[in-house]
Amino acid sequence: MTTSPRRRFWRYFSTYAFWALMTLITLIPIWWMLVVSMRTRVELFGRPNLMLSRIYLENYSNVLTDSTFQRYMTNSLVVSTANALLVMILALLATYALSRYKLAGRDNIFFWLITNRMAPPAAFLLPLYIMFTRTFRLGDWTLFDTQLGLILLYCVFNLPFAIWLLKGVVDGIPIELDDAAMIDGAGLWGVLRHVIIPLAAPGLAVTGILSWIFAWNEYLFAANLTSVVARTITTALAEFVTVTGTNWGELAAMSMITLVPSAIIVIFAQRYIVMGLTFGAVKE
Amino acid sequence: MRNPRVGWALLSPTLIILLIFGFAPFLYVLVVGFFDWNVFSAQDGLVFSGLDNFRRLVFDELFLTSVGLTIRFAVFAIGSEIVLGFVLAQMLTRNFPGKSLFRIIHTFPLMVAPIAVGAVWRLLVIPGFGPVPYFLDRWFDLTYQIGSYPDQALMTSVIMDVWHWTPFVTLTMLAGLSSIPREPVEQAKVDGANRLQVFWYVTLPFLRPVLLTTVFIRIMDAIRTVDEVWMLAGGGPGTRFSGIYIWRVTSPAASADWGYGSAVSLITLYLTIVLCWLLFIAISGRRKGEVE
Repeated sequence: MTTSPRRRFWRYFSTYAFWALMTLITLIPIWWMLVVSMRTRVELFGRPNLMLSRIYLENYSNVLTDSTFQRYMTNSLVVSTANALLVMILALLATYALSRYKLAGRDNIFFWLITNRMAPPAAFLLPLYIMFTRTFRLGDWTLFDTQLGLILLYCVFNLPFAIWLLKGVVDGIPIELDDAAMIDGAGLWGVLRHVIIPLAAPGLAVTGILSWIFAWNEYLFAANLTSVVARTITTALAEFVTVTGTNWGELAAMSMITLVPSAIIVIFAQRYIVMGLTFGAVKE
Repeated sequence: MRNPRVGWALLSPTLIILLIFGFAPFLYVLVVGFFDWNVFSAQDGLVFSGLDNFRRLVFDELFLTSVGLTIRFAVFAIGSEIVLGFVLAQMLTRNFPGKSLFRIIHTFPLMVAPIAVGAVWRLLVIPGFGPVPYFLDRWFDLTYQIGSYPDQALMTSVIMDVWHWTPFVTLTMLAGLSSIPREPVEQAKVDGANRLQVFWYVTLPFLRPVLLTTVFIRIMDAIRTVDEVWMLAGGGPGTRFSGIYIWRVTSPAASADWGYGSAVSLITLYLTIVLCWLLFIAISGRRKGEVE
Protein backbone atom coordinates (compact mmCIF):
# COMPACT_ATOMS: atom_id res chain seq x y z
CA MET A 1 0.00 0.00 0.00
CA THR A 2 1.38 3.39 -0.93
CA THR A 3 0.12 6.54 0.64
CA SER A 4 0.32 9.80 -1.21
CA PRO A 5 2.37 12.58 0.40
CA ARG A 6 -0.78 14.60 0.79
CA ARG A 7 -2.55 11.90 2.77
CA ARG A 8 0.50 11.36 4.87
CA PHE A 9 0.60 15.06 5.61
CA TRP A 10 -3.01 15.04 6.77
CA ARG A 11 -2.46 11.99 8.87
CA TYR A 12 0.47 13.62 10.68
CA PHE A 13 -1.39 16.87 10.93
CA SER A 14 -4.45 15.28 12.54
CA THR A 15 -2.31 13.21 14.91
CA TYR A 16 -0.41 16.25 16.13
CA ALA A 17 -3.52 18.41 16.33
CA PHE A 18 -5.20 15.75 18.44
CA TRP A 19 -2.27 15.35 20.81
CA ALA A 20 -1.74 19.07 21.08
CA LEU A 21 -5.35 19.36 22.21
CA MET A 22 -4.91 16.53 24.72
CA THR A 23 -1.74 18.07 26.08
CA LEU A 24 -3.55 21.38 26.45
CA ILE A 25 -6.40 19.75 28.37
CA THR A 26 -3.93 17.95 30.64
CA LEU A 27 -1.87 21.01 31.35
CA ILE A 28 -4.42 23.84 31.60
CA PRO A 29 -5.51 23.06 35.19
CA ILE A 30 -1.89 22.89 36.31
CA TRP A 31 -1.01 25.99 34.32
CA TRP A 32 -3.83 27.86 36.05
CA MET A 33 -2.48 26.78 39.42
CA LEU A 34 0.95 28.10 38.46
CA VAL A 35 -0.65 31.39 37.40
CA VAL A 36 -2.58 31.67 40.67
CA SER A 37 0.54 30.87 42.68
CA MET A 38 2.26 33.87 41.09
CA ARG A 39 -0.39 36.45 41.82
CA THR A 40 -1.17 38.67 44.77
CA ARG A 41 -4.54 38.43 46.41
CA VAL A 42 -5.77 41.57 44.65
CA GLU A 43 -4.64 40.49 41.21
CA LEU A 44 -6.68 37.31 41.41
CA PHE A 45 -10.10 38.86 41.31
CA GLY A 46 -11.84 40.43 38.37
CA ARG A 47 -11.57 39.08 34.85
CA PRO A 48 -9.62 35.80 34.94
CA ASN A 49 -6.40 36.28 33.07
CA LEU A 50 -4.93 33.02 31.85
CA MET A 51 -1.59 34.58 31.00
CA LEU A 52 1.30 34.86 33.40
CA SER A 53 1.72 38.60 33.83
CA ARG A 54 4.90 38.61 35.88
CA ILE A 55 7.07 36.38 38.02
CA TYR A 56 5.94 37.00 41.57
CA LEU A 57 7.43 34.59 44.06
CA GLU A 58 6.27 35.94 47.39
CA ASN A 59 3.64 33.20 47.84
CA TYR A 60 6.39 30.62 47.51
CA SER A 61 8.73 32.36 49.90
CA ASN A 62 5.89 32.84 52.42
CA VAL A 63 5.04 29.16 52.30
CA LEU A 64 8.62 27.94 52.38
CA THR A 65 9.61 30.10 55.33
CA ASP A 66 6.53 29.25 57.38
CA SER A 67 7.71 27.05 60.25
CA THR A 68 4.50 24.97 60.38
CA PHE A 69 4.75 24.23 56.70
CA GLN A 70 8.43 23.35 57.08
CA ARG A 71 7.52 20.86 59.78
CA TYR A 72 4.81 19.30 57.57
CA MET A 73 7.26 19.10 54.72
CA THR A 74 9.93 17.46 56.89
CA ASN A 75 7.36 14.98 58.17
CA SER A 76 6.31 14.08 54.64
CA LEU A 77 9.90 13.62 53.56
CA VAL A 78 10.80 11.52 56.61
CA VAL A 79 7.67 9.37 56.46
CA SER A 80 7.85 8.72 52.71
CA THR A 81 11.55 7.97 52.71
CA ALA A 82 11.50 5.74 55.78
CA ASN A 83 8.42 3.94 54.51
CA ALA A 84 9.97 3.37 51.07
CA LEU A 85 13.16 1.96 52.64
CA LEU A 86 11.24 -0.25 55.04
CA VAL A 87 9.00 -1.53 52.25
CA MET A 88 11.98 -2.31 50.03
CA ILE A 89 13.72 -4.30 52.79
CA LEU A 90 10.65 -6.19 54.02
CA ALA A 91 9.38 -6.89 50.52
CA LEU A 92 12.75 -8.23 49.42
CA LEU A 93 12.92 -10.61 52.41
CA ALA A 94 9.31 -11.68 51.94
CA THR A 95 9.60 -12.31 48.21
CA TYR A 96 12.83 -14.21 48.73
CA ALA A 97 11.07 -16.40 51.28
CA LEU A 98 8.04 -16.92 49.03
CA SER A 99 10.15 -17.64 46.01
CA ARG A 100 12.85 -19.94 47.43
CA TYR A 101 11.38 -21.80 50.40
CA LYS A 102 8.69 -24.46 50.38
CA LEU A 103 6.31 -22.91 52.90
CA ALA A 104 2.95 -24.46 53.73
CA GLY A 105 0.14 -22.51 52.09
CA ARG A 106 2.55 -20.33 50.16
CA ASP A 107 0.07 -19.35 47.41
CA ASN A 108 -2.66 -18.50 49.90
CA ILE A 109 -0.32 -16.30 51.88
CA PHE A 110 0.68 -14.51 48.70
CA PHE A 111 -2.96 -13.92 47.74
CA TRP A 112 -3.86 -12.72 51.23
CA LEU A 113 -0.95 -10.28 51.21
CA ILE A 114 -2.30 -8.73 48.04
CA THR A 115 -5.91 -8.40 49.19
CA ASN A 116 -4.66 -5.98 51.86
CA ARG A 117 -4.45 -3.28 49.23
CA MET A 118 -8.07 -3.53 48.07
CA ALA A 119 -9.97 -2.37 51.14
CA PRO A 120 -11.40 1.17 51.20
CA PRO A 121 -9.24 3.06 53.71
CA ALA A 122 -12.12 5.08 55.13
CA ALA A 123 -13.67 1.86 56.46
CA PHE A 124 -10.72 1.21 58.77
CA LEU A 125 -10.18 4.67 60.19
CA LEU A 126 -12.04 4.04 63.41
CA PRO A 127 -10.30 0.82 64.52
CA LEU A 128 -6.96 2.26 63.52
CA TYR A 129 -7.66 5.37 65.54
CA ILE A 130 -8.48 3.28 68.60
CA MET A 131 -5.41 1.12 68.08
CA PHE A 132 -3.21 4.17 67.69
CA THR A 133 -4.52 6.00 70.74
CA ARG A 134 -5.18 3.15 73.16
CA THR A 135 -3.66 -0.18 72.18
CA PHE A 136 -0.14 0.96 71.40
CA ARG A 137 0.75 2.91 74.47
CA LEU A 138 3.79 3.16 76.69
CA GLY A 139 3.14 5.51 79.57
CA ASP A 140 2.37 8.83 77.94
CA TRP A 141 3.58 7.78 74.53
CA THR A 142 1.10 6.56 71.96
CA LEU A 143 1.44 5.69 68.31
CA PHE A 144 -1.04 8.46 67.54
CA ASP A 145 0.50 11.55 65.95
CA THR A 146 3.91 9.97 65.41
CA GLN A 147 5.92 9.55 62.25
CA LEU A 148 6.49 5.92 63.23
CA GLY A 149 2.73 5.25 63.18
CA LEU A 150 2.39 6.51 59.60
CA ILE A 151 5.53 4.72 58.47
CA LEU A 152 4.20 1.38 59.71
CA LEU A 153 0.63 2.00 58.54
CA TYR A 154 1.62 2.89 54.98
CA CYS A 155 3.15 -0.58 54.71
CA VAL A 156 -0.42 -1.90 54.51
CA PHE A 157 -0.94 -0.55 51.02
CA ASN A 158 2.70 -0.40 49.88
CA LEU A 159 3.91 -3.88 50.85
CA PRO A 160 1.34 -5.84 48.82
CA PHE A 161 2.20 -4.13 45.56
CA ALA A 162 5.92 -4.20 46.33
CA ILE A 163 5.77 -7.94 46.89
CA TRP A 164 3.79 -8.38 43.66
CA LEU A 165 6.33 -6.42 41.71
CA LEU A 166 9.38 -8.05 43.26
CA LYS A 167 7.99 -11.59 43.11
CA GLY A 168 8.36 -11.63 39.36
CA VAL A 169 11.86 -10.21 39.59
CA VAL A 170 13.13 -12.67 42.21
CA ASP A 171 11.44 -15.63 40.49
CA GLY A 172 13.34 -14.65 37.38
CA ILE A 173 16.74 -14.99 39.05
CA PRO A 174 17.96 -18.58 38.45
CA ILE A 175 18.08 -20.57 41.67
CA GLU A 176 21.39 -22.10 40.48
CA LEU A 177 23.09 -18.79 41.20
CA ASP A 178 21.97 -19.04 44.84
CA ASP A 179 23.23 -22.60 45.04
CA ALA A 180 26.57 -21.74 43.49
CA ALA A 181 27.08 -18.94 46.01
CA MET A 182 26.14 -21.28 48.85
CA ILE A 183 28.62 -23.90 47.68
CA ASP A 184 31.25 -21.18 47.71
CA GLY A 185 30.44 -20.76 51.39
CA ALA A 186 28.03 -17.81 51.33
CA GLY A 187 25.35 -17.78 54.00
CA LEU A 188 21.85 -16.38 53.60
CA TRP A 189 23.03 -12.77 53.88
CA GLY A 190 25.84 -13.44 51.48
CA VAL A 191 23.40 -14.76 48.88
CA LEU A 192 21.10 -11.79 49.37
CA ARG A 193 23.92 -9.29 49.20
CA HIS A 194 25.98 -10.69 46.35
CA VAL A 195 23.35 -12.42 44.19
CA ILE A 196 19.81 -11.23 44.77
CA ILE A 197 20.24 -7.52 45.49
CA PRO A 198 22.52 -6.74 42.53
CA LEU A 199 20.30 -8.65 40.10
CA ALA A 200 17.03 -7.27 41.49
CA ALA A 201 18.31 -3.71 41.78
CA PRO A 202 16.19 -2.15 38.99
CA GLY A 203 13.02 -3.76 40.35
CA LEU A 204 13.92 -2.68 43.87
CA ALA A 205 14.46 0.88 42.71
CA VAL A 206 11.06 1.05 41.02
CA THR A 207 9.45 -0.44 44.11
CA GLY A 208 11.07 2.18 46.28
CA ILE A 209 10.13 5.06 44.00
CA LEU A 210 6.48 4.07 43.70
CA SER A 211 6.16 3.37 47.44
CA TRP A 212 7.64 6.77 48.09
CA ILE A 213 5.11 8.53 45.89
CA PHE A 214 2.13 6.63 47.31
CA ALA A 215 3.21 7.57 50.83
CA TRP A 216 3.83 11.17 49.79
CA ASN A 217 0.34 11.44 48.26
CA GLU A 218 -1.59 9.79 51.09
CA TYR A 219 -4.09 11.99 52.86
CA LEU A 220 -6.89 10.18 54.69
CA PHE A 221 -4.82 8.31 57.28
CA ALA A 222 -2.46 11.21 57.82
CA ALA A 223 -5.38 13.56 58.43
CA ASN A 224 -7.08 11.29 60.96
CA LEU A 225 -4.17 9.67 62.75
CA THR A 226 -2.04 12.72 63.40
CA SER A 227 -2.90 16.00 65.07
CA VAL A 228 0.01 18.42 65.42
CA VAL A 229 3.46 16.89 65.52
CA ALA A 230 3.44 14.41 62.66
CA ARG A 231 1.11 16.08 60.13
CA THR A 232 2.13 15.78 56.50
CA ILE A 233 2.08 18.10 53.54
CA THR A 234 -1.17 16.76 52.05
CA THR A 235 -3.06 17.56 55.25
CA ALA A 236 -1.59 21.07 55.07
CA LEU A 237 -3.33 21.54 51.72
CA ALA A 238 -6.69 20.56 53.14
CA GLU A 239 -6.30 22.61 56.30
CA PHE A 240 -5.40 25.65 54.33
CA VAL A 241 -8.81 25.80 52.74
CA THR A 242 -10.83 25.49 55.91
CA VAL A 243 -8.78 27.62 58.27
CA THR A 244 -7.54 30.59 56.32
CA GLY A 245 -9.74 29.96 53.29
CA THR A 246 -8.84 33.11 51.46
CA ASN A 247 -5.19 33.03 50.50
CA TRP A 248 -5.47 31.14 47.25
CA GLY A 249 -2.05 32.21 46.03
CA GLU A 250 -0.33 30.43 48.89
CA LEU A 251 -2.54 27.37 48.51
CA ALA A 252 -1.56 27.19 44.85
CA ALA A 253 2.11 27.64 45.71
CA MET A 254 1.86 24.84 48.26
CA SER A 255 0.17 22.55 45.72
CA MET A 256 2.86 23.31 43.16
CA ILE A 257 5.52 22.31 45.69
CA THR A 258 3.62 19.05 46.34
CA LEU A 259 3.62 18.32 42.61
CA VAL A 260 7.38 18.45 42.13
CA PRO A 261 8.16 14.83 43.11
CA SER A 262 5.27 13.58 40.98
CA ALA A 263 6.63 15.33 37.92
CA ILE A 264 10.08 13.84 38.43
CA ILE A 265 8.69 10.37 38.94
CA VAL A 266 6.47 10.44 35.87
CA ILE A 267 9.54 11.11 33.78
CA PHE A 268 11.70 8.39 35.30
CA ALA A 269 9.34 5.60 36.32
CA GLN A 270 6.65 6.10 33.69
CA ARG A 271 6.75 2.52 32.41
CA TYR A 272 6.14 1.06 35.85
CA ILE A 273 3.28 3.26 36.96
CA VAL A 274 0.63 0.90 35.60
CA MET A 275 2.20 -2.11 37.30
CA GLY A 276 2.24 -0.17 40.53
CA LEU A 277 -1.38 0.95 40.31
CA THR A 278 -2.79 -2.42 39.28
CA PHE A 279 -0.47 -4.34 41.58
CA GLY A 280 0.94 -6.12 38.61
CA ALA A 281 -2.31 -7.37 37.08
CA VAL A 282 -1.52 -5.44 33.90
CA LYS A 283 2.07 -5.59 32.79
CA GLU A 284 3.59 -3.23 30.29
CA MET B 1 19.44 -27.20 52.46
CA ARG B 2 16.63 -24.68 52.67
CA ASN B 3 15.08 -24.79 56.07
CA PRO B 4 11.43 -23.62 55.99
CA ARG B 5 11.95 -22.02 59.39
CA VAL B 6 14.36 -19.55 57.86
CA GLY B 7 11.73 -18.79 55.24
CA TRP B 8 9.12 -18.08 57.88
CA ALA B 9 11.58 -15.89 59.73
CA LEU B 10 12.14 -13.84 56.59
CA LEU B 11 8.42 -13.56 55.96
CA SER B 12 7.41 -12.83 59.54
CA PRO B 13 8.02 -9.04 59.74
CA THR B 14 5.75 -8.54 56.72
CA LEU B 15 3.10 -10.86 58.11
CA ILE B 16 3.17 -9.20 61.53
CA ILE B 17 2.79 -5.68 60.15
CA LEU B 18 -0.04 -6.68 57.83
CA LEU B 19 -1.83 -8.68 60.52
CA ILE B 20 -1.71 -5.76 62.96
CA PHE B 21 -2.47 -2.87 60.63
CA GLY B 22 -4.45 -4.62 57.89
CA PHE B 23 -6.26 -7.62 59.32
CA ALA B 24 -6.95 -6.55 62.90
CA PRO B 25 -8.94 -3.44 61.85
CA PHE B 26 -10.98 -5.62 59.52
CA LEU B 27 -11.82 -8.06 62.34
CA TYR B 28 -12.67 -5.13 64.55
CA VAL B 29 -15.13 -3.68 62.06
CA LEU B 30 -16.60 -7.13 61.55
CA VAL B 31 -17.32 -7.49 65.27
CA VAL B 32 -18.28 -3.98 66.29
CA GLY B 33 -20.83 -3.70 63.48
CA PHE B 34 -23.06 -6.03 65.50
CA PHE B 35 -22.82 -4.03 68.72
CA ASP B 36 -24.46 -0.95 70.04
CA TRP B 37 -21.54 1.27 70.93
CA ASN B 38 -21.42 5.04 70.79
CA VAL B 39 -19.92 7.95 72.62
CA PHE B 40 -22.68 7.90 75.25
CA SER B 41 -22.55 4.21 76.00
CA ALA B 42 -18.76 4.00 75.87
CA GLN B 43 -18.59 3.62 79.65
CA ASP B 44 -20.84 0.56 79.64
CA GLY B 45 -18.80 -1.08 76.92
CA LEU B 46 -20.19 -3.00 73.99
CA VAL B 47 -23.82 -4.08 74.01
CA PHE B 48 -24.72 -6.76 71.52
CA SER B 49 -27.50 -5.53 69.26
CA GLY B 50 -27.63 -8.11 66.50
CA LEU B 51 -28.63 -6.58 63.20
CA ASP B 52 -29.93 -3.30 64.64
CA ASN B 53 -27.20 -1.23 63.02
CA PHE B 54 -27.94 -2.77 59.66
CA ARG B 55 -31.68 -2.24 60.05
CA ARG B 56 -31.00 1.42 60.78
CA LEU B 57 -28.82 1.65 57.73
CA VAL B 58 -31.57 0.54 55.36
CA PHE B 59 -33.66 3.53 56.45
CA ASP B 60 -30.78 6.00 56.59
CA GLU B 61 -31.68 8.43 53.84
CA LEU B 62 -28.25 10.07 53.81
CA PHE B 63 -26.56 6.74 53.28
CA LEU B 64 -28.92 5.73 50.49
CA THR B 65 -28.49 9.07 48.74
CA SER B 66 -24.74 8.72 49.00
CA VAL B 67 -24.84 5.26 47.45
CA GLY B 68 -27.03 6.53 44.61
CA LEU B 69 -24.72 9.45 43.94
CA THR B 70 -21.67 7.20 44.01
CA ILE B 71 -23.22 4.87 41.47
CA ARG B 72 -24.04 7.77 39.12
CA PHE B 73 -20.55 9.17 39.61
CA ALA B 74 -18.92 5.80 38.92
CA VAL B 75 -21.02 5.08 35.81
CA PHE B 76 -20.41 8.47 34.20
CA ALA B 77 -16.75 8.69 35.12
CA ILE B 78 -15.70 5.12 34.37
CA GLY B 79 -17.75 5.02 31.16
CA SER B 80 -16.06 8.12 29.78
CA GLU B 81 -12.64 7.01 30.94
CA ILE B 82 -12.90 3.65 29.21
CA VAL B 83 -14.02 5.14 25.88
CA LEU B 84 -11.52 8.00 25.96
CA GLY B 85 -8.71 5.80 27.24
CA PHE B 86 -9.29 3.30 24.46
CA VAL B 87 -9.26 5.98 21.76
CA LEU B 88 -6.08 7.50 23.17
CA ALA B 89 -4.37 4.12 23.46
CA GLN B 90 -5.31 3.37 19.86
CA MET B 91 -3.74 6.68 18.84
CA LEU B 92 -0.58 5.73 20.73
CA THR B 93 -0.16 2.40 18.90
CA ARG B 94 0.81 4.39 15.79
CA ASN B 95 4.37 5.59 15.54
CA PHE B 96 5.09 9.25 15.13
CA PRO B 97 7.95 11.46 16.25
CA GLY B 98 7.42 12.94 19.69
CA LYS B 99 5.05 10.18 20.78
CA SER B 100 6.83 9.48 24.06
CA LEU B 101 6.78 13.16 25.02
CA PHE B 102 3.01 13.31 24.56
CA ARG B 103 2.65 10.10 26.53
CA ILE B 104 4.71 11.44 29.43
CA ILE B 105 2.66 14.64 29.61
CA HIS B 106 -0.56 12.64 29.38
CA THR B 107 0.59 10.41 32.28
CA PHE B 108 1.31 13.30 34.57
CA PRO B 109 -2.08 13.62 36.38
CA LEU B 110 -1.76 10.00 37.57
CA MET B 111 1.01 10.69 40.01
CA VAL B 112 -0.47 13.89 41.40
CA ALA B 113 -1.73 13.56 44.97
CA PRO B 114 -5.55 13.32 44.94
CA ILE B 115 -5.74 16.15 47.41
CA ALA B 116 -3.69 18.34 45.06
CA VAL B 117 -5.97 17.37 42.16
CA GLY B 118 -8.85 18.63 44.28
CA ALA B 119 -6.96 21.86 44.93
CA VAL B 120 -6.20 22.35 41.23
CA TRP B 121 -9.84 21.96 40.25
CA ARG B 122 -11.10 24.04 43.09
CA LEU B 123 -9.00 26.92 41.83
CA LEU B 124 -10.52 26.46 38.36
CA VAL B 125 -14.14 26.48 39.45
CA ILE B 126 -14.16 28.80 42.42
CA PRO B 127 -16.66 31.64 42.03
CA GLY B 128 -15.02 35.04 41.93
CA PHE B 129 -11.79 34.31 40.13
CA GLY B 130 -11.95 30.83 38.63
CA PRO B 131 -11.94 30.92 34.83
CA VAL B 132 -14.59 28.21 34.41
CA PRO B 133 -17.55 30.07 35.98
CA TYR B 134 -16.42 33.31 34.36
CA PHE B 135 -16.23 32.02 30.80
CA LEU B 136 -19.32 29.85 31.09
CA ASP B 137 -21.23 32.89 32.19
CA ARG B 138 -19.81 35.09 29.47
CA TRP B 139 -19.97 32.78 26.49
CA PHE B 140 -22.95 30.62 27.30
CA ASP B 141 -24.80 32.75 29.79
CA LEU B 142 -24.74 29.85 32.20
CA THR B 143 -24.74 30.28 35.95
CA TYR B 144 -22.15 27.87 37.25
CA GLN B 145 -22.09 27.42 41.02
CA ILE B 146 -21.13 24.01 42.33
CA GLY B 147 -22.05 25.12 45.83
CA SER B 148 -25.70 25.53 44.87
CA TYR B 149 -26.38 23.12 42.01
CA PRO B 150 -25.95 19.43 42.86
CA ASP B 151 -25.91 18.37 39.20
CA GLN B 152 -23.09 20.74 38.37
CA ALA B 153 -21.14 19.53 41.38
CA LEU B 154 -21.60 15.92 40.30
CA MET B 155 -20.57 16.68 36.73
CA THR B 156 -17.54 18.66 37.87
CA SER B 157 -16.47 15.72 40.03
CA VAL B 158 -16.89 13.41 37.05
CA ILE B 159 -14.82 15.67 34.79
CA MET B 160 -12.14 15.95 37.45
CA ASP B 161 -12.03 12.18 37.83
CA VAL B 162 -11.80 11.77 34.06
CA TRP B 163 -8.91 14.23 33.97
CA HIS B 164 -7.16 12.39 36.77
CA TRP B 165 -7.69 8.77 35.75
CA THR B 166 -8.10 8.54 31.96
CA PRO B 167 -4.28 8.29 31.62
CA PHE B 168 -4.40 5.16 33.75
CA VAL B 169 -6.95 3.57 31.41
CA THR B 170 -4.89 4.68 28.41
CA LEU B 171 -1.78 2.99 29.76
CA THR B 172 -3.52 -0.29 30.67
CA MET B 173 -5.28 -0.36 27.29
CA LEU B 174 -1.99 0.34 25.56
CA ALA B 175 -0.45 -2.58 27.42
CA GLY B 176 -3.42 -4.72 26.36
CA LEU B 177 -3.39 -3.57 22.73
CA SER B 178 0.32 -4.15 22.30
CA SER B 179 0.01 -7.73 23.52
CA ILE B 180 -2.58 -8.65 20.87
CA PRO B 181 -0.97 -10.95 18.30
CA ARG B 182 -0.88 -9.58 14.77
CA GLU B 183 -1.97 -12.71 12.87
CA PRO B 184 -5.69 -12.80 13.81
CA VAL B 185 -6.05 -9.14 12.88
CA GLU B 186 -4.33 -9.67 9.54
CA GLN B 187 -6.38 -12.78 8.88
CA ALA B 188 -9.64 -11.00 9.62
CA LYS B 189 -8.62 -8.25 7.18
CA VAL B 190 -7.78 -10.81 4.52
CA ASP B 191 -11.19 -12.35 5.07
CA GLY B 192 -12.70 -8.97 4.24
CA ALA B 193 -13.65 -7.69 7.68
CA ASN B 194 -13.99 -3.94 7.95
CA ARG B 195 -12.47 -1.92 10.77
CA LEU B 196 -15.50 -2.12 13.00
CA GLN B 197 -15.74 -5.87 12.58
CA VAL B 198 -12.05 -6.31 13.35
CA PHE B 199 -12.52 -4.26 16.47
CA TRP B 200 -15.63 -6.10 17.60
CA TYR B 201 -14.65 -9.68 16.81
CA VAL B 202 -10.86 -9.64 17.23
CA THR B 203 -9.56 -6.72 19.26
CA LEU B 204 -12.29 -6.62 21.90
CA PRO B 205 -12.17 -10.30 22.89
CA PHE B 206 -8.39 -10.11 23.23
CA LEU B 207 -8.69 -6.95 25.27
CA ARG B 208 -11.34 -8.31 27.60
CA PRO B 209 -9.10 -9.40 30.53
CA VAL B 210 -7.32 -6.07 30.63
CA LEU B 211 -10.60 -4.21 30.25
CA LEU B 212 -12.06 -6.17 33.14
CA THR B 213 -9.10 -5.56 35.43
CA THR B 214 -9.17 -1.86 34.63
CA VAL B 215 -12.90 -1.56 35.36
CA PHE B 216 -12.49 -3.45 38.65
CA ILE B 217 -9.72 -1.19 39.82
CA ARG B 218 -11.58 1.93 38.79
CA ILE B 219 -14.76 0.78 40.57
CA MET B 220 -12.87 0.08 43.77
CA ASP B 221 -11.27 3.52 43.53
CA ALA B 222 -14.51 5.31 42.70
CA ILE B 223 -16.25 3.83 45.72
CA ARG B 224 -13.56 5.04 48.04
CA THR B 225 -13.05 8.47 46.48
CA VAL B 226 -12.76 10.95 49.32
CA ASP B 227 -9.80 13.31 49.17
CA GLU B 228 -10.19 14.99 45.82
CA VAL B 229 -13.94 15.46 45.86
CA TRP B 230 -13.81 16.70 49.42
CA MET B 231 -11.15 19.20 48.45
CA LEU B 232 -13.15 20.27 45.38
CA ALA B 233 -16.50 20.91 46.96
CA GLY B 234 -16.14 20.36 50.68
CA GLY B 235 -18.83 17.69 50.59
CA GLY B 236 -21.40 20.09 49.19
CA PRO B 237 -24.60 18.96 47.45
CA GLY B 238 -24.05 16.56 44.61
CA THR B 239 -20.74 15.29 45.95
CA ARG B 240 -21.90 13.50 49.07
CA PHE B 241 -20.52 10.22 47.82
CA SER B 242 -20.51 7.12 49.93
CA GLY B 243 -16.75 7.34 50.40
CA ILE B 244 -17.24 10.74 51.98
CA TYR B 245 -20.24 9.53 53.93
CA ILE B 246 -18.29 6.59 55.36
CA TRP B 247 -15.52 8.95 56.20
CA ARG B 248 -17.92 11.25 58.03
CA VAL B 249 -19.55 8.38 59.89
CA THR B 250 -16.38 6.55 60.81
CA SER B 251 -14.01 9.49 61.18
CA PRO B 252 -12.82 9.40 64.78
CA ALA B 253 -13.04 13.16 65.09
CA ALA B 254 -16.50 13.71 63.65
CA SER B 255 -18.36 10.58 64.55
CA ALA B 256 -19.94 9.60 67.82
CA ASP B 257 -21.52 6.29 66.87
CA TRP B 258 -18.84 3.66 66.37
CA GLY B 259 -21.07 0.61 66.09
CA TYR B 260 -23.09 2.20 63.31
CA GLY B 261 -19.97 3.47 61.56
CA SER B 262 -18.60 -0.07 61.51
CA ALA B 263 -21.85 -1.39 60.05
CA VAL B 264 -21.64 1.20 57.25
CA SER B 265 -18.04 0.20 56.55
CA LEU B 266 -18.99 -3.46 56.40
CA ILE B 267 -21.89 -2.92 54.04
CA THR B 268 -19.72 -0.85 51.74
CA LEU B 269 -17.04 -3.51 51.67
CA TYR B 270 -19.73 -6.07 50.94
CA LEU B 271 -21.29 -3.98 48.17
CA THR B 272 -17.88 -3.46 46.55
CA ILE B 273 -17.26 -7.18 46.46
CA VAL B 274 -20.73 -8.04 45.18
CA LEU B 275 -20.57 -5.37 42.48
CA CYS B 276 -17.23 -6.60 41.19
CA TRP B 277 -18.42 -10.19 41.32
CA LEU B 278 -21.63 -9.46 39.40
CA LEU B 279 -19.68 -7.58 36.79
CA PHE B 280 -17.31 -10.48 36.47
CA ILE B 281 -20.17 -12.95 36.02
CA ALA B 282 -21.92 -10.72 33.51
CA ILE B 283 -18.85 -10.27 31.34
CA SER B 284 -17.45 -13.77 31.53
CA GLY B 285 -20.94 -15.23 31.03
CA ARG B 286 -21.43 -13.28 27.83
CA ARG B 287 -18.07 -14.41 26.63
CA LYS B 288 -18.98 -18.02 27.09
CA GLY B 289 -22.20 -17.48 25.14
CA GLU B 290 -20.26 -16.04 22.25
CA VAL B 291 -17.93 -18.99 22.02
CA GLU B 292 -20.83 -21.42 21.72
